[in-house]
Formats: sequence, C-alpha cells, structure tokens
Amino acid sequence: MESIDEIRERVTITEFGVTNVHSSDFPGNYEGYDDAWDQKKFEKKFKVEIIKLQGDELEFDMIGVDAAIANAFRRILLAEVPSMAVEKVHVYNNTSIIQDEVLAHRLGLVPIRADPRLFEYKQPGQDDEGTEQDTLELHLKVRCTKNVKAQDTTDPNQMYVNHKVLTKQMEWIPKGNQVNLGNIGPVHDDILLAKLRPGQEIDVRMFCVKGIGKDHAKFSPVATATYRLLPEIKLLREIEGESAERLQKCFSPGVIGLLHNKHTGSKQAYVADARRDTCSREVFRHDDLKNAVKLTRVRDHFIYDMSMWKSPYYDSSCPPD
Amino acid sequence: MKSIEEVMRLDKEQLSASVKTIEEKWKLLPAFLKVKGLVKQHIDSFNYFINVELKKIMKANDKVTSDADPNFYLKYLNIYVGMPDVEEGFNITKPITPHECRLRDMTYSAPITVDVEYTRGSQRIIRNNLPIGRMPIMLRSSNCVLTGKSPAEMAKLNECPMDPGGYFIVRGTEKVILIQEQLSKNRMIVDIDSKGNIECSVTSSTHEKKTKTYVIVKHEKYYLKHNSFSEDLPVAIVFKAMGIECDQEIVQMVGGEEDMLAAMAPCLEECHRAQVFTQNQALKYIWSKIRTRSLWGQKKSKTDEAREVLHNLVLAHVPVPQWNFKIKATYMALMIRRVILAQTGRIHVDDSDYYGNKRLELAGQLLSLLFEDLFKKFNAELKKIADMTIPKPRAAQFDIVRQMRQDQITNGLVNAISTGNWTIKRFKMERAGVTQVLSRLSYISALGMMTRINSQFEKTRKVSGPRSLQPSQWGLLCPSDTPEGEACGLVKNLALMTHITTDQDEAPLIRLAMNLGVEDIQLLSGEELSSLQVYIVFLNGNILGVIRNYKRLVNTFRLLRRAGYISEFVSIFPNHAHRCVYIAADGGRVCRPYIIVQKRRPFVTSKHIEELSQGFRSFEDFLREGLVEYLDVNEENDCMIALYEADITGDTTHLEIEPFTILGVCAGLIPYPHHNQSPRITYQCAMGKQAMGTIGLNQRNRIDTLMYLLAYPHAPLVKSKTIELINFDKLPAGQNATVAVMSFSAYDIEDALILNKASLDRGFGRCLVYHKQTVTVKRYANQTFDKLMGAKLDETTSKPKWAYQLLEFDGIVAPGDCVENRQVLVNKSMPTVTIAPLPSAPGQSREPQYKEVPIMYKGPVPSYVEKVLLTSNPDEAFLIKILLRQTRRPEIGDKFSSRHGQKGVCGLIVPQQDMPFTDQGICPDIIMNPHGYPSRMTVGKLMELLGGKAGVLEGKFHYGTAFGGDRIEDLSEVLVRNGFNYLGKDFVTSGITGEPEEAYIYFGPIYYQKLKHMVLDKMHARAKGPRAILTRQPTEGRARDGGLRLGEMERDCLIGYGASMLLLERLMISSDAFEVDVCGQCGLIGYSGWCKYCESSKEVSTLKMPYACKLLFQELQSMNIIPRLSLKKYNEL
Repeated sequence: MESIDEIRERVTITEFGVTNVHSSDFPGNYEGYDDAWDQKKFEKKFKVEIIKLQGDELEFDMIGVDAAIANAFRRILLAEVPSMAVEKVHVYNNTSIIQDEVLAHRLGLVPIRADPRLFEYKQPGQDDEGTEQDTLELHLKVRCTKNVKAQDTTDPNQMYVNHKVLTKQMEWIPKGNQVNLGNIGPVHDDILLAKLRPGQEIDVRMFCVKGIGKDHAKFSPVATATYRLLPEIKLLREIEGESAERLQKCFSPGVIGLLHNKHTGSKQAYVADARRDTCSREVFRHDDLKNAVKLTRVRDHFIYDMSMWKSPYYDSSCPPD
Repeated sequence: MKSIEEVMRLDKEQLSASVKTIEEKWKLLPAFLKVKGLVKQHIDSFNYFINVELKKIMKANDKVTSDADPNFYLKYLNIYVGMPDVEEGFNITKPITPHECRLRDMTYSAPITVDVEYTRGSQRIIRNNLPIGRMPIMLRSSNCVLTGKSPAEMAKLNECPMDPGGYFIVRGTEKVILIQEQLSKNRMIVDIDSKGNIECSVTSSTHEKKTKTYVIVKHEKYYLKHNSFSEDLPVAIVFKAMGIECDQEIVQMVGGEEDMLAAMAPCLEECHRAQVFTQNQALKYIWSKIRTRSLWGQKKSKTDEAREVLHNLVLAHVPVPQWNFKIKATYMALMIRRVILAQTGRIHVDDSDYYGNKRLELAGQLLSLLFEDLFKKFNAELKKIADMTIPKPRAAQFDIVRQMRQDQITNGLVNAISTGNWTIKRFKMERAGVTQVLSRLSYISALGMMTRINSQFEKTRKVSGPRSLQPSQWGLLCPSDTPEGEACGLVKNLALMTHITTDQDEAPLIRLAMNLGVEDIQLLSGEELSSLQVYIVFLNGNILGVIRNYKRLVNTFRLLRRAGYISEFVSIFPNHAHRCVYIAADGGRVCRPYIIVQKRRPFVTSKHIEELSQGFRSFEDFLREGLVEYLDVNEENDCMIALYEADITGDTTHLEIEPFTILGVCAGLIPYPHHNQSPRITYQCAMGKQAMGTIGLNQRNRIDTLMYLLAYPHAPLVKSKTIELINFDKLPAGQNATVAVMSFSAYDIEDALILNKASLDRGFGRCLVYHKQTVTVKRYANQTFDKLMGAKLDETTSKPKWAYQLLEFDGIVAPGDCVENRQVLVNKSMPTVTIAPLPSAPGQSREPQYKEVPIMYKGPVPSYVEKVLLTSNPDEAFLIKILLRQTRRPEIGDKFSSRHGQKGVCGLIVPQQDMPFTDQGICPDIIMNPHGYPSRMTVGKLMELLGGKAGVLEGKFHYGTAFGGDRIEDLSEVLVRNGFNYLGKDFVTSGITGEPEEAYIYFGPIYYQKLKHMVLDKMHARAKGPRAILTRQPTEGRARDGGLRLGEMERDCLIGYGASMLLLERLMISSDAFEVDVCGQCGLIGYSGWCKYCESSKEVSTLKMPYACKLLFQELQSMNIIPRLSLKKYNEL
C-alpha cells in the first residue's frame, strides 16, 4: 500500500509503466491536507539550484513547483525566447554544388553571437536589408583556387585553397552605430557550410533578424532545453553479497554503493546517489531483486538540462544567480 | 569405400566433429560481384553479341549474288563494331561520352564496318572498313568508353562510378532491354492439352526457322501435328517418309516393351489402311497434307517438296545430314515413347513452370535476332539493286559498295530500342514493350530495373501456375520482389548471385562426349535406344548417342569442368525417369555459384578466404581451382546442397555461399527481413523504388525530365551486407529519423505520421525537385527558321512586361532566376508557314510571318532556374534545355515509409515544445501509431529500431542482414551498458502537460524514406475554369485544371434524396447550360427567336438545356434523324 504522501509527492516507476503521473494536490482533494495556495509556503519550498554552468551547458534544479510551471519554462526556452539568426540571404554568386536555397537554409541554422535584447523585431513589409535597429548584416565571399605549391598529393586540403567554406569566413558588416556592439558573428568558427573546387565561388550577403523558436527552430536560443524528475531509489530489504553486486550493475555507475558489512562479512548495497540513475529499469529483469527495490521520482524536483547553442545571455549580463 | 578397419582406426572425435564454419565466406560475394557486377548478365550478353554472334551472323549471310549476272558477287569477309563516336561535319568523327549523348539527345552508338570482296565489272575488289550502319552501344560493354576506367576517369567523363551500366542511350533517353523469360527451345515438353490428352511438343528454333511440332494422341493413335500440315499426320506414315519403311523398325525405335508394341499397333494399322507402304507413297501422302505449297521458285516434284518440309520445318532443330533422316526419326520416336510412358504413368508430365525449362533472353540475344533480320534485309536490298542496275548499260561500271546505305540498319536498331517494338520478319515475331525507359527516380529503382525479368505470359489470363513462386527458383530469383496486381508473379527479379549463361560452342563438347564413351546414334539400331542398360545422351536438346556407364560420363564431365577444360557454364545431369543424360551449353540458363563439398569437407577454407581478403585471390581463382562451381537449375536437382556447414552430411556435394543471396537487390535493403511478414517485404520492394535520395554521383550534371533529390540523405544506421555490396550506403535514399511509437493527438490514425516541426526546420525530409523544359529552335524545309526574341515591352512604360521580365537579351531565362506561374522561359517565335515555299512575287518581301510560341512556366509554386543548356542535337537543330528546381519541406499529406512496407502520410506537424521528450531531452522526429504493428507483424522494424539505437549510442553501424544480422541480445546489451532499458522503451514526459507518460515508449532511430508522392503535385480544386470546346463541359483532369465530376453514383444519391434542383444545378447550370430557341410548331431548333423551318417566329420560345443535348440533336440531324421537341406551356400541363 502506498501512503497518501507517496501518491502526492512521488511518481512511481513500475516494471510495465509509470503510475501516479498526474499531480493531484489541488485544494480539497485530500482530507487533512491544506493545499490552498500560500505564498509563504511556496517561498519556503521553492528553490532553484544551479548545479553546473560550464561553457554552453547549464544544469539546474527547480524544486517545489508543479509540472505545469516547470514545463512552461521549458517551452518558453524552446519556443519563445528570442535570438538572432540569418533570415534573408542575397545570393550574388553561387557556383558551388550546394543549391542556393539549401545554402541559405544552412546559413540560417548557423548560431549568431548577438544579444537580441539590443534589437527590435523587424516589422513586416520592410525591405530585406532592414535598419540598424533590427538587422545585422554578414557577408561571405569565398573563392576556391588551386594551390600552386602543392605537388604529388591527393589531399584536398593541400591541393586547393579555400575548398572548405567555414563559418569563420563570414564577415560582419556593421551598419551605422552597430560598430559599438562589440564582437558579433557566428558562435562557432568551424561549421562547414559548403565545399568548393577550383573556380567555384560563393558570394552572399546575409541579413540576421530577431525571431523566436516558435517561428523557426533556428531562432531557438537553446540546442535543447529539457528536464527530468529526480529519481529516488529505496531498498526495501538488505541486499548482500552477489546480489548486491548484481544490483549495482542494474543501475548507472555511482548510483548503488557497496558497504562492507562487518557482521556478515559480505558486501551490502546502499543507495549512494540516485540522481545519477537513468531509469533503465534493469533491476526488474532480476526476479529476486525486483521486489527489493522501489523506484520512484520526486514529483516537484525538476532537473533542468540545457545546452545553449547561442548563449548570448550569460556571457554578457545574466549572472548565474 | 573404406574398409571397416579403416573406419575403426579413425579418430572418434574426428568422425563426430561437425564441419567447421568457414569464417566470413560471404566475402566471396563482393569478389563475385567485382568480377560479375550487378548487371553483368546484360553486359556479358551484349559483349557476346558484338564480339562473337555478329561474326556468326555475318558468316551465315556472307554472300550476295545477282540473278542478272552469274559472275557478280559480294562477299563479307569480316565485320567489326567500333567505339562510339559522333559525326561532326563531313567525315570528321570524334569519340563521344555517354553523358554527352544524354544531354544532347543523341544515340550512343558505334559504327558497324565490314570488309568485303566483290566484283566490279570483271575486276575483283577487296575493300576494308566499309560502314554499313550504327550499333547502339550498351554502357560498360566491351565497346563502351567507360569500360576499365577508374572512378577518377569516370568523373572526368561525367559518369557515376556506381552506375551499373547495361542500358543503352537512344535519342537521349536511357533504355533498358528487359530480360525476357520464355520456355526453353528445342526441348521435349510432355504436357496435358486442353482436352486432357497427353501431348509432347518441341519448339524448334534455329537461325532460320522457328516452328513447333507436336506428337498428339487421338483415338488411341499417335499423330504428328505441325503448322505446315492441314491435317495431323499418322506417325507411322511420317516414319515411312523419313525412310524407316519397315514396321518392325518403327516399333523398335519407339521401344520393344509389351505396352509399347500394343500402343503402336493401331498406328501401324492406320498406315496400312491409308495404303502407305513405301517412302514414296508416304511422301506423296504428306505432300497432299501440306498447307501452303511453295508457289514460286523452281518447280519441284511432290516427293521432293514433302521431303523438304520434313527437312526444314518438322523438328527443324534436329540435323539431317545428307538427307539422312535417321536422327530426326529417332527424335520423333522418342517423343512418341515419352507420350506412351506418360500415358502409362511411368514418367510424369513436365512442369512448364519449372525453372529448368525456362530460358532468359537478354539484350544480346534480342539484338542478334533483330540484327540478323536487318542484315538480311540489307543484303536483299543490295541484291535487288544489283538485279536492276546490272542489265542496264551504263557509262560507269556498277559498284555495289556505292549502294550500301547506312540508315537502314541504324534506324532499324534505334527505332526498335527506342519504341520497344521488336519486329522480326522471318520468325513472324512482333513483340511490344521489350524496352523500357530506365527509371532514375532513385539509385535502387535504376538497379531494380536492370535485374527485372519480364515473362512472355499474357497478363490477362487468370491462371496461378506461372505467377506462383516455384521451388526451383530458389536462389535464382528474388522470392519477394514482384509487383502487386496485374503483373504479379509474371515480372520477377534476379537474385543477387544469379548469372545467365551465354551460348557455348557445341563441337568440343560433342567430341569430348564421344571420347568418353558415348556411342553415336547413327550407328545404332532402334532397339538399343530403349535398352535398359543405356542412357541416352542429349546435347542442347539434340540426341547425341547412348552411354552405358552414365555415372562415369557425368562425373568425368564435372571433373573436367572443375579443372577448367570445359566452360564453367556447361551443365550435365542425368534424368533417371527419362533414362537420359542432358548436357546443356545453351544461352539463357540461370545459374549461381556454390562451394564444392567432398567427403564432408568444403573445398573453400578459411585460408582461402583470408587470401581473398588480402587480395591474393580473385573469384576466378576459386573457379579455376575448382573450389567453387556454377550450377544451373537442372544440375542443382542432381546435387545435395547444404545451407550451412552444420548441415553437411556424407551425401552433401555443395555448400551455399551465403543464404541472404536468395534475395534480390531491392529486398536486400530491408533490415531483418526474415522477421517480417512476407507481403511486407514485397511492398517495400515496390516502395524502395519510389524513395527519393541520391540517384548517382553525377546527378547534378544530369538534366532529366523529373528528378527528386533529398537535401540531406543519410546512410542507414542498420545496414545489411547487400546494402554495402550495391553501394546503397554511398547513394542512399532516406534519413534516420528518431521515432517514438505512441499515439498522439488522433492525427495519427490510419498510419498517419506526426512530424516534429523543429526537425523540418532543421532539414528533415527536405527535398529538391528538378524539372526540365526543352526547346528546339528548328530550321524548316522552306528555309524559314524559329527565332528567339527578346522581352516584350509594355506599350506605356516601355519596360518589359511582367511575364517577360526574366528574359535576357537572348530571349532565354538566366540561371538563378525565380520563375513564377505563367512567366516566360524562352520567347520563341515560329514561322506561320513551314512547309510550302515562301511566295516570291517580285516586290513582295520574302520576310516570313511569325507567330509567338513562348514557353511558359506552369506550376502553383515558383521554381528557380538551375541551369540552361545550349547545344545542338543530331539534326543540327538548336537545343535548349532549362533545368528548374524547387526545394520542398515536408507538409501535411506528404508520403513517408520505413523499409518494412509501412507507408503513411504526414497527418500533423507539431512544434517541438509539444513533442514528448525523454530524460535526455530527445524529441522524436516522427511519432508513429502503435496500431501499425499488430496486424502487419513487421517485427523487423522493431529490431531495426533496437539496432539503430544501439548503433547511435556507440557510434557504429549495425547489421540487419537477412538470415543473419546482429543478435537482439547483443543489441540489448549495448542499450543496458549505456543506461537504457533493454527493451528500447524510454521514460517519456509529455511536452504538453509536462507530466510523465504512463507508458514507456518504444523510442529510437528508424530509417525513413520520403516517397515521391507529395501533395503539392496532387492538390487540385476549381471553382471555374476551362471548358472542352466540343461539349462546353468542364475539362477533365488536374493537368487541364479540370472540374471534379459528379458521377453517376453521386447522381443516384441525389435522386434518392430527391434533391432535384441541386441535380439540375450540378448537371446543367454549373456545367454546360445553353439557351436555345425552339419552335413549338415543328419542334426544331431555331435562332434569335426565329424558326428557319417554319419561317416564322410565332411559336418560338427560349429554353435552357445542356449544350451536350443540343449537340446530340444536331449530330442526329446530320445522320438524317430529326429529333423534335414538343413544347407545352407550364400552366397547361
């Protein structure tokens, strides 16, 4: 029998499905519980902890909110936080093997380093080139030639000059006062845009605008933003010896630790760090172990994981607190 | 045999040990394909034709004489086919590449030249290298510029190194001569006719003639049936006509057994009753039954004529040396014997669906038939010219070489290949649809076409026999790859390792057989043929003789073949029921290689395979050393073939190389097909040909009428050996999509798929569609020519009109332009008069009048101009090809399919934030409804997902090869190692609510194909639009912007419902309502309120009717039928 607390606070992982998936702590649903909204209670319970902020990776915990709120953050990150991306491409010359539209599509997906807060949304009906308030202009002009010095080689890197078109060849052309904006350009220098052969040339001008992920995935500031619930593992009985080792193997490394039990002289399993578990449910394949553990996840503990492919926010002003 | 002691002395373990598996013996396959190639059958056959058969044809028809001058002759000494070239101007030729032919709408052909010796007047002249015509050249054949070229050299020629070749380029289109399947020629087939009687038939086929001879049973007597006789001939009479006059001899030939005697007695009696006793009488009897006697030529006696028919037409393939009919009589006797044996149940009737009785006709054979016909016609024409010109006195001496015209043979060959109509006069053969345009929709569709086999069987007949899968097709034809519906089972595909033989020289085989103890048939009496001690030996359907120890003959033959003394494609096998040994060396038999096993030991060992992979050994070495040999269908029946090493027993003679080679090219793409329900494989075989992706490395240099490419094609994560062998991983058609098997939003019912919008934004399923527009600028017979004009200007602004905006000064659009509906691509003007000469009255200008014929772009979506080709075609006309391009992202209604015959259209495109996601934050690209699984039973797809997921996690490709592939246990192990559930089911959170899903979701990559059917090409609706001229009703069909028909069944619904006014509106008002003035007096149609018939306007009233009705009345009137309308006032009804 599960206690009411468990139903309220945990999502249960069973062998063939997940139970208690819905939050049920709305006012009046449980006798003896006061689920009415209370600012103080919320403030006490709500917590955001940043676990990791490294390069473009961010991991933080959000504790004490409902799934709907947590999901809203995720959805907003994906779809509604603006960023800058190439929207229009003027092709002056493209003799490469990549078709104009495909090249434009590729350029659109290149993450651009620019703080979208400094720009306006471009109003519909304006011409492509836009104004300095809403448009960034980039230029890419590459021509591939034969490397005269190269001899007796079949390596294209040596035979040709400029046979790879990379994002580092994209050149920002500041408009008006944009010069003061600082370092603007592609986030990564080594994204391959096209390959050329001698005589082929790409000459394009790109116009970046501010947009949101709902409109096109290229405007989404995150590569992905996601969360998972904090796993929780309970050992229902003591597990020792060979089965303890087997249990350890059933979980991700570091989840189950082994203690030396002084009384029996064998190894005893304990839950070291349930957070690391990937919920592979491998333990349910062992008939003797499957009743010895209870797998649950904490309903209101969300472990967010996001990688920001355009990270303009944190490196300028947004503090990690 | 080993003695018992010897066996006892053997090590026990050695005896009981199972045969060790040969590591990686599948490596023989790439070696085989390296030598043979995927379409080697076609190329071999064509090479044989131009290098060997052509010379034979020339030798058989090498002399042209004239009736007018007995001294005149023209003799062909030799014949050659050169390398493909093109004539540029006067007698200047330059070599040509296949790609140039494709682009310039030319024929990839080479000159056929001959060396001749002939007389001019009294002189004898030898001339070398005279062209007589041009031969279309098969790509990658011995005379093609591509043979032996490295990939880099291919690239220089604009050719894809992965392209299989084996097709022709005729007038710019790629044409395949499909493999034709037919019953083998020159073989006795015992069958049951429509009346239930047993008959034995032989279709004789020689270079000259093609006839069919039957031995039938009628009233318990045996008759010879042949087309050239008006009546069936009693066999005894035919025997007598062939010189076997003695009744005893006749019966002896058929057989001395009691029942044979009994069966033959009525025949002999009938012969006596017909008063035929001598050869002369028999011949006269036969003469009287000849259907069409030769009317012209020299007058011959009756007996000679009858003898000639027996010689030339009856059993035409059996030789009659010096008018000695012995062999032919023996052959006929054997036919009778077979019928009697079948009647008494001692042998079974032959199965005409059995694949050993089938021969495949390839491009070479078909072309040689056609060429011989054309060559004969060419010679006949020369003879006619000689006959006509020689008697006339002329200043210059008659020189036959001047009369040789090239175009007859050239056009004959080119027209046949480009239309597919194979007309061969001497066989009275007319076949349509022999060639097809090579489908370049995808690489697989092109490959699939090269392995296709077309059956000669009519498609309309509803018999199951020829359509069903025959056990004898094992390993030779793909059991799955056949179309559905009409052509099901009649169109087949070759399996991966199938080889088709070409003709072999018979003479050395005859000599060898004689040396091995075969006794010549000429030296034997009839009795000895049916003796129980001997087996009759056949070579290619002709009786060679008899052998006492047939086992020795067969074994020695096989030994010699393995040793390489006779061709590896000669097959020999005994048939114990027939008491015959058949040696086959004819072309068109299907065969495949097997590893030879002797004394439980396969000849191929791991050591050999190692040497193979190190490159010390080729497939030919295996053949030459007798480790591997080819078996055809008939010889397979005399062998014991083990599927795996573990199955080898003491009787085993051969070992299969790899089981997955029973599948063909298309079925080989499917991962884990052995876990799928069989029809699903068949569906995928059809759908793989519609998948877009890459069609060749030279795809961007091609200008095709229609070409679909994928923007980002993937190599499949779960591969098979076949995929690697056919280079599908280098020219893929599909993408690895992350699939979640779950229900979502009800827009996924009935196999619809849910797509992730963000995936589409990032390029999933994005495709490029290329269209071609061709314009020719011609010069006409009356010296007028087409003109390209610049843009048309607007009168007021004198700027180009919108439709002409994109034109450059030359009147053609430029690459990079975006053309919209109704914009002009090429502004062409054509003279109004093109045939009649221009009026040349003095003073009148000779300037011809022009009419505008601009070539406009049509389409709901604009296209970009990819490239413009300006060139000339072989008729010296200016040729402009414009390649247009569209980029399309998937939309609702586009069709997708996995590799398991599971197709579905996109039902909804969902933004990424609404998509479910896993703990890692992975969103699916595609959501598939789980209801697609239970009824289809495509377990292979489930396994593909596991394989793909495991491959993604560890960064490698897994194999899903048929009858093998990576084991599920291993794949699960990989998943568990990487922290995933072993079943492949993930913990998933709903993207809409943010709460976890109650079920674990089967989640992982599956290879998805985008099929060519897209809504953009199909969408159609109309409010008003064009009407047909004749009936004034809306046009039909999407291409003509037609209306949507309210058909008769819809009409019935409206009648049933009683919606009469709606009916009236749909059928008349919205369609072809027309006001007519009808005269109430005469009931005829008048006009403008006036009746011409009554000369009055008194009773004329106006009414509405369908224009089609009015048209009917007028048409009836034109046939002297007067339809009269009787009118009444509506209030007088």
